[in-house]
Amino acid sequence: MLGDYALTILGAARVTLTLAGASLLLSVVLGMVGAACKLSRRRWLRLLAGGYTGLMRGVPDLVLLLLVFYSLPALVNQGLEAFGSDAYFELDPWVAGILTLGAIFGGYMTETFRAALQNVPRGQIEAGLACGFGPIALLRLIIAPQMIRLALPGFANNWLVLAKATALVSLIGLHDVMFRARGAAEATGQPFLFYLVAAGFYLAVTLVSVGVLRLVADRYAFERRE
Amino acid sequence: MNWDIILDSAGLYLSGLRLTLGLTLASLLFSFLLAVPLALAKWSGGAVTRAIISGYTLLFRGTPLLIQLFLIYFGLAQFELLRESWLWPWLSSPLVCVLLAFVLNSAAYSTEIFAAGLAHLPRGEIEAARAFGMSAWVRTRRIYLPAMLTRSLPLYGNEAVMLMHATSLASTVTLMEITGVARNLTLNYYIQFEPYVTAGLLYLILTLSLVGLLHWAERRWAGYLVQR
Repeated sequence: MLGDYALTILGAARVTLTLAGASLLLSVVLGMVGAACKLSRRRWLRLLAGGYTGLMRGVPDLVLLLLVFYSLPALVNQGLEAFGSDAYFELDPWVAGILTLGAIFGGYMTETFRAALQNVPRGQIEAGLACGFGPIALLRLIIAPQMIRLALPGFANNWLVLAKATALVSLIGLHDVMFRARGAAEATGQPFLFYLVAAGFYLAVTLVSVGVLRLVADRYAFERRE
Repeated sequence: MNWDIILDSAGLYLSGLRLTLGLTLASLLFSFLLAVPLALAKWSGGAVTRAIISGYTLLFRGTPLLIQLFLIYFGLAQFELLRESWLWPWLSSPLVCVLLAFVLNSAAYSTEIFAAGLAHLPRGEIEAARAFGMSAWVRTRRIYLPAMLTRSLPLYGNEAVMLMHATSLASTVTLMEITGVARNLTLNYYIQFEPYVTAGLLYLILTLSLVGLLHWAERRWAGYLVQR
């Protein structure tokens, strides 16, 4: 009986992990674009990227989630009404969750990637240019391998925080691990037990991630240990 | 748009702001008092001490704060023994529960930050202090603590901002800080846009002020670490 509840909670692992994976993908894309903007020669692109990262790091995750899930559709609907349309716009919790988490951690990824890009030695890029590398070869053979090594610690940290931040989407009704734990806690009157099961799940995600990321870090380390 | 409702509720936002600041400062203070000895113990202690402290920081840094908060606020009610003890009047108060969760969580992060600051302390400074005949207590007070605090100031500042943002979770257990006030307004007036935008702006202002303060503190106390 209690075991069934525990299995139901852990069964939602797919929801949590899918959400985390999709948000990570979006955040990496946004982080690349953001880093490119921050290092751009155009002033307005730098200002835009600065405003974006400032907003994402200046407002709590929960408030941003509520803004995207409740305020954004309300704004769109007011606009629709002003144009005399009776269409009603609503965001799915999935979409709102991925958009919010992707945008927040896109801000953090922007800073991670920007720092990594800036720390690729200038001389190596110039050497590549002098050897007649095109922009794609330069990126693939010189910038990317070093950038991955430099960005990895920050990336790992962002992922660990992101995986835990997914628990917030339970508050907008997405049926993730946290949501199911709450359901089981209320149904059985044993909240401590079932929140502990959920906590164990997140701890396992953290531990597995740390292990995997350590392997990847070894792969990209300066000195390859054979 | 219904900005007049927000203006009429300025008093509510003000009391929310006060609670947010109070929660942040109280959590920072207590977690600091907990983290400093833990970091020193982790750095100088034996294998067992280190393992225990690492276990504590792993548990609190490896799980979401929301779960820690729910474990304390909803979870502890499960235990009959606790419900009948003298502790219960405190443990059933949402204010005490959020403070407990924030302090334990933030102390775990701060311990690791401070321990890392100590690990970067040059060996020579410790040897010099010993050569001068400083006792362990004097070394701690004059060398370890200042070195630890200045070296970890940038990361600790980050943690302070994170903690300030984390106080928004207090709204999930009925506390009326900034986010709680905004949620209540959306429910009472059935407007979804203005209350959250106002809350977001307030947090933005708070964050910018805190970051400014931290930059000033870094220049003031950790300036000597900057390589010229």
